[in-house]
This record gives sequence, C-alpha cells and structure tokens, in this order.
Amino acid sequence: MPDHIVRAYDDELADLKTMLAQMGGLAEQQLDGAIDALIRRDTALADRVIAADVKIDALERQLEEKAILTIAKRQPMALDLREIMVAIRVSSDLERIGDLAKNTAKRTHAISDALPRKLITGLTRMGRLAQEELKNILDAYAQADAEKALAVWRSDEELDALYNSIFRELLTYMMEDPRNIGLCTHLLFGAKNMERIGDHATNIAENVYYLVHGKTIAEERPKKDQTSVMHIESRKGA
Amino acid sequence: MNDMTQTIVTPARPRIMAERPVKIVAKNVTVYYGDKPAIKSLTIDIPDCAVSSFIGPSGCGKSTFLRAINRMNDTIPISRMTGQILIDGKNIHDRDLDVVQLRARVGMVFQKPNPFPKSIFENVAYGPRIHGLARNKTDLEEIVTASLKRAGLFEEVKDRLSHSGVSLSGGQQQRLCIARAIAVNPEVILMDEPCSALDPIATARIEELIDELRRNFCIVIVTHSMQQAARVSQLTAFFHLGHLVEFGDTDEVFTAPQEKRTQDYITGRFG
Amino acid sequence: MSNMTDTFRTGDPALVAKRYRAERRFRSYGAIALGLTALFLAFLIADIVVKGWPSFFEHRAILTVPLDPARIDAASPQNGDFQAIVKDAFRDQFPGVTSRGDRKKLNALLSIGAADGLRDRVVANPSLIGSALTVPVLLSDDADLYLKGHGADRISDQEALWLEALKDRGFIEKGIAWRFFTSGDSREAELSGLQAALVGSLLTIAVTLLLSLPLGVAAAIYLEEFAAKNRFTDFIEVNINNLAAVPSIIFGLLGLAVFLNFFGLPRSAPLVGGLVLALLVLPTIIIASRAAFKAVPPSVKEAALGVGASHQQAVFHHMLPLAVPGILTSTILGVARALGETAPLLMIGMVAFIVDVPGSFTDAATALPVQIYLWSDLPEIAFQSRTAAAIIVLMTVLFALNGVAIYLRKRFERRW
Repeated sequence: MPDHIVRAYDDELADLKTMLAQMGGLAEQQLDGAIDALIRRDTALADRVIAADVKIDALERQLEEKAILTIAKRQPMALDLREIMVAIRVSSDLERIGDLAKNTAKRTHAISDALPRKLITGLTRMGRLAQEELKNILDAYAQADAEKALAVWRSDEELDALYNSIFRELLTYMMEDPRNIGLCTHLLFGAKNMERIGDHATNIAENVYYLVHGKTIAEERPKKDQTSVMHIESRKGA
Repeated sequence: MNDMTQTIVTPARPRIMAERPVKIVAKNVTVYYGDKPAIKSLTIDIPDCAVSSFIGPSGCGKSTFLRAINRMNDTIPISRMTGQILIDGKNIHDRDLDVVQLRARVGMVFQKPNPFPKSIFENVAYGPRIHGLARNKTDLEEIVTASLKRAGLFEEVKDRLSHSGVSLSGGQQQRLCIARAIAVNPEVILMDEPCSALDPIATARIEELIDELRRNFCIVIVTHSMQQAARVSQLTAFFHLGHLVEFGDTDEVFTAPQEKRTQDYITGRFG
Repeated sequence: MSNMTDTFRTGDPALVAKRYRAERRFRSYGAIALGLTALFLAFLIADIVVKGWPSFFEHRAILTVPLDPARIDAASPQNGDFQAIVKDAFRDQFPGVTSRGDRKKLNALLSIGAADGLRDRVVANPSLIGSALTVPVLLSDDADLYLKGHGADRISDQEALWLEALKDRGFIEKGIAWRFFTSGDSREAELSGLQAALVGSLLTIAVTLLLSLPLGVAAAIYLEEFAAKNRFTDFIEVNINNLAAVPSIIFGLLGLAVFLNFFGLPRSAPLVGGLVLALLVLPTIIIASRAAFKAVPPSVKEAALGVGASHQQAVFHHMLPLAVPGILTSTILGVARALGETAPLLMIGMVAFIVDVPGSFTDAATALPVQIYLWSDLPEIAFQSRTAAAIIVLMTVLFALNGVAIYLRKRFERRW
C-alpha cells in the first residue's frame, strides 16, 4: 500500500496503531498477572495489576480522541475508514479485557484458603487458553491476517467448553460443602471473566476480518457456552 | 504497476441499475485530440433518474467524455470520436439528429458560472424562446418562474428579474445557470465541476438542488471532490489516464472499492 | 533584536540604489518626451488658432441705404442694382472724395458681395422699397485684414484713413462670420465659406459608413466564426492585414481606374468618394471587429451552445452584442481617419472649385480636407487665415468624433 500523499495522515494512522499495540501489550501483561496472582494467591501482584488498569483506560481515551480528530481532519475513505473504525472498537474491547483482568485480580484478596489442586489445574488451563487467544488475535490484528483471526474466532469454542466444565466442577464443590461457597463463587467469577475475555477476543477477530475484507463474517459463531441454560439439580439433604 | 495497456474492468453491475432504466450508453468510445486519445475504449451504461459521478485525477478524460455526451467537442476542430454514444437507444451522431436539438435535450452546467450578460429573466427565457417552447409571453413567464423556483433561486431574485445576470453572487449565478439549463426541459443534465468555484454554503445549496433534481433527470457530474461525489451520487465511475477503472454503487466504491487504483486514489495515496 | 532587522533588509544596497536610479532615469525620459510632445502640440495648436481664429469674425460697415424705387423695380426686385446703391451710400460717407481714382479705391474697400444681404431682404419683403434701411455691409478682405491689424501693407494710407474715419464715427461693427459656414467657396476670400465642403464631406462619409460598417462587420463575423480554417482563409487574412497598410493614394488610383473609367460614375461625386474611402476603411474595420470578437470570452459562446443555440444564434444573439463596443470604437476611428483623407479624393477629382452645395450623391462635390488643400494654395493672406480656420473646423469635428467614440465605448462596455 503506497503512502498517503500527505505524510501527516500516515503518521496519524501509525500513532493509532502504536497506541493499540501498547494497549495490547498491557492487556496481555494484566491477564498474565491476574491469573498468576489468583492461583498463587499473591496479593502484592494482584495490587499491582489493579493499579496498572488506569493505564489501559487512559490509552483508550487517548486513542478515541485521536481517532475522532483524524476522521474530522482527513475524511477517510475505504480502507482508511475501516482502519479507524476498527481501531476504536478494538481499543474498547482491549479496555474491557483490562477491566476483566483487574476484576479477576481483585478476587485474589477474597480468597483466604488454598485452592484445591483440581481447580488450580482447570483455572490455569483456562487462563492460558485465554492468554493464547489474546496473543493470537493481537498478532492477527497487527498483521491484518484475516485467516488467523478466523482461526481465533473459531477456537473460542474450546474456551467455552472449558468454562462449562469448570462451572460444573465449582457447582459440585459448592454443593458438597457449603463452606466452599465463598471461595467457589469468587473462582466462578474469575472463570467467567476468562470466558468473557475470550468473547472479546472474538469481537476483535470479527473486526479484523471486517478490516481486511470490508464485510462482516457471514457465519454464526459456534457458541458452546451452555451455562446460562444449565440445569442445576439440587441435592436433597446434604 | 505501470500497465497502461490494461483496459477496462467489467465490474459487477451496480445494484442501482436494476431499479432504473438506462439512459446513456457508451460503446467503445475513444475521443482523440489530434492524435492523442483522451478517452480510450470506454463502455458504460448510465441510468436515468440518478446521479452518476465521474472522479479521477486531472487529465484522466472525465471532462472529455462529459463533453462528448452533448457533442460540445464538435466545437474543437482537432477533436474526433470513434465508437458510439446512444441516448435512449439513439446514436447521437446519427445524420438525421440535429446537434442543436441534442443540446437542448442534454443540458450543461459549467465549472465557472457563465450567465449571459443579459437580464436574469432573459437568461432563463432565451432557451425556451429559441426552441419555441412558449406560445406567448405568459407562457414564457411561467417557464421562467418555474425554472427559477426549481433552481431555488426565485425567492432571492423575484424582485429584480430585469437586473443583469452577472450582478449576482457566484452561487446565485451558478443556480441561474442551472435554471437556464432546466428551462429547456432537458432529459439529461451534465455538470462539469459545478461547485469548484463556489464557497461551501453555495456548494451545499447546489448539492441539495442536485438531490431534488435527480428524481426527474439523469444527472452526470464531474467532480474533483470525492466527498462531494460520495454525498451526491448514486453511482461513481473512476477514470484514470483515459480508461474507466471502476464503475459501481457509490456506497461500495467509497467504503470497499474493488480496484486497487480506485482505493489508492480515493484514500489519497496516488503518487 | 537588531540582528533581526539587519537580516530583514533586502539585498545589496548598492544594487538597490542602482535600480532606483535606473527607474528614475526611465521615468524622467518619459516625462521629458511627454513634455516635448506637449510643447510641440501647444506650439502647433497655437499657430493654427492664432492664424485661423480671425477668420471666424468679419468687419462690416453700417450704412443707411435709401431704397430708391426708381432704381429697384417692385415687380422684379432681384434685378435691382443693389451694389450700386450700396456704393453710393458708402460714398456719401465721404463727400470729399471726388476723383475717379479715389472713388475706385473707395469702392474697392467694399466687398463685391456687400449688397447680397440687402438684396435678400428686399426680395423677401418688397414693401421695403421706398424706405431707407440701415444695414451692415461686408467690407473687402484687405479692409477686413487691416481692421484686424494685419494688412497694413495691403492698402494705401489714404484707404487706411477712410477706414479709421468710419471707425471713429462708429460705423464699423465686428461680428461673427456666419457665412464661413453658410457659403460655398468663392474667389473672394471674405465671401468664401465651408458649407459646400462640409456637406460634401458629410455625404461622402455617409456613403463610406453605409458601405463599410455592415460589410466590415459581416466579413469579420464570417471570417472569425464561420469560415473554415484553411490556407485559403489564412491567405485572405494576410491580405486584409496588408491592405490596412496600403497608402491611401493607391485607393484613389483604384477609384479612378475602376469607378470612374470602367464604371463611368460621375467624377468628383460623393458616391465615388464614399466608395473609395469605404475601401480604405474596410480593412481596419474588419481587423478591429475580428479582434473584438476574439476578445469575447469563449464561455459566453459555450453557454449559448450548451442551452441549445445554433452556432449562428450564439454568434448573433450573444457574441455580437458583446463585441459592439470594440466594433463601434473602431468604426468611428475609421470614419475619423476617412474624414481627414485627401489624397484619394484628389485622385477621383474632388479638387474642383465647387461653389454650390451638392444636392445629391451624384452632384460634384468637394470635401473638407480637399478644401483646405485648395485654399492653402492661394496666395492671398486672407485665404491663409481661412485655411487655418478650416483646419480648426476639421480638427474640432475629429475631436468630437473621438469623443463620441469614447463615450459610446464607455456606455456599452459590459462586464461579463
């Protein structure tokens, strides 16, 4: 793609990309820190994660301002227009991901007991999956690779399936011993956050596809999250 | 990248063509100035009751093609044309077609407003008079009033119809030229960069006018402003070095054009 | 801060000073040229005016003339010997003059046309016969010259004394010489006038205008707008340009050979003069009209064509009105030039001595510049003065025509 005749235009678009890259890096960091803090119950790390969230928020505001200014000044067309619209949406998704990571880190303070081993494994796996999705989609965005984005889009299925099983497990724990309810609830929220992060990653994937092809994805995304319709049996007398 | 021999693309038929009859057809039109071809092998269908815009860098042939539609190129001795242009199926170079009548059916508005140095009334009345469209003075007055109203100028000049046409402001002059063009009841209106000499408010008024006129006329507009083409037209044709590169629905051309050259031009990446 | 102002000064001061000097030099050259021109012009005008101004005035003697019915027959008053009556009345002023030689000299102080005014009055009103009228009678050119202070050597001392005596008695009046404009040419200077020449010029110019204007404009329109652009029309254009530079006497020769000898048109007639001058002026009008057309912006023509006017309609309805100021100006300037042309008119014979005012386009006539030429040849000093006066008249007419041209151009100038 040749450069714009007006170099400042290219500079402005490059600025947007830089800010997004920064946001992406920060989001990845936050996610990593949040999972770690939760599983190892490292409250100091959790606090650092919570504090760092303002940086992502600030970047999102900056990016939005810059994007609006660019639209007003340059009256972008075609690819440029899509690029800027996508940048705004992706920054919003990344900011939400940051919030979800912060929320997960917060729960570290609420967990006093050690986590059962099984849960540790499950949660770790969920966390890593989410991290992988995030990394992949950020790569796909940076390279404007629609195929990669589609792959991420489809892979969210796995994360959903994992969330289903953790959900059931946590329910089982809670039903076994009411003293676990506190811990499990927080873990449940934590797992839900991971699942939401995956969904945001698929949003980003849809935007990348639109950026490259100028159309939205035609298929329905496969959603395996059945927790909203999961039937919970109550065990009588336990 | 420097492939000059690459000829026209035949893109998918624009969506809007399904809803409107075809008014102007160009078949393999090449226009020469002396030995140099300004337009090369152009084939295009232009629909009725819609605005089609021609965009492209300077010297790409869009104005030349516009002037070929009403045979204004005939006034340039070194210009000649091969191929056919049909309006409503009739070849405009047919021997039994009077070019003067053609120019009454196909009106033109120029880049720099050029009202006659006569009164406002005379400006609009001249065309109908020489074509015998009015039987008497009352008829003529009606035609003038109606045309001025349609052009959105009547309220501003109704008290000074006898004043000279050149005493108006730039935007008013251009609207007067539009009124003059529609007074002879054309079927097609050709506009060659009609707003390039006007300020933004006058431009907006004219764009509003074009929006209204397109319900009844086939309008072809050549413009340098892509934003204007995007706002005002339903179909957009992109010309480059005498070739038609892309022709499609305006919405698509400006959000997701099919040709790279089109994209480069409309995003300002042309070298 | 001082640094800033130093760098702000433009360029090398020596160069700047040189430039100023060069500009001042050039301006002073122009001013000197203008001054010299003005000086020469003033000198020329002063010379002509000083010489010619006196011709607009004449001296008359106021005499009481008894209209003796014995000398004037009431039935045919025009045959009365008015000149003798006037001479007698004049002599009565000087009873002491008796000798024949003296009487002749006294009579010579009167113009031979002195009684004309009186005759006209009596013929118009025969009932005046029998009464005594006090009438002004014209003095001879020498007497007139003496009274104007120039001709002291043309009359003898005796005659001068008589004139002084009349002046002392208050019988000399000085008035405007209307006959300068109402009489035709005459061998007597005091009786000669420009009327024949003026009318002749008028008729000639009328023919010139009627022929050259429509033909010139039509030719310009055709050549500029309608004729095919090929070698032939280029050839025509070159020839028209050349014709504009041809000496005017050639046109006179052409007129002589073609109009007089071949077509046998009457010699010295305004018709022929007008034809010849039309040929002279035509190339100028064609060239200027073409230029006026070229100056019309093409946007006007395009606008007209765009509305569906044919080429002819566009030219006549739109371009012609805009070209009119230029055409008018060039026409009037051409006419002004034709008015002052002498050589071609001489060739076709308008050099004759014309007394009567020409009545039609085919009567023999003369023209103003030719009249000037004829008078300038005559030896009498009075005629020299009249030549200058005629030049004043001619130049006034030319200035007036130029003034009309400027006025019309300003009036019709349209901004497009």
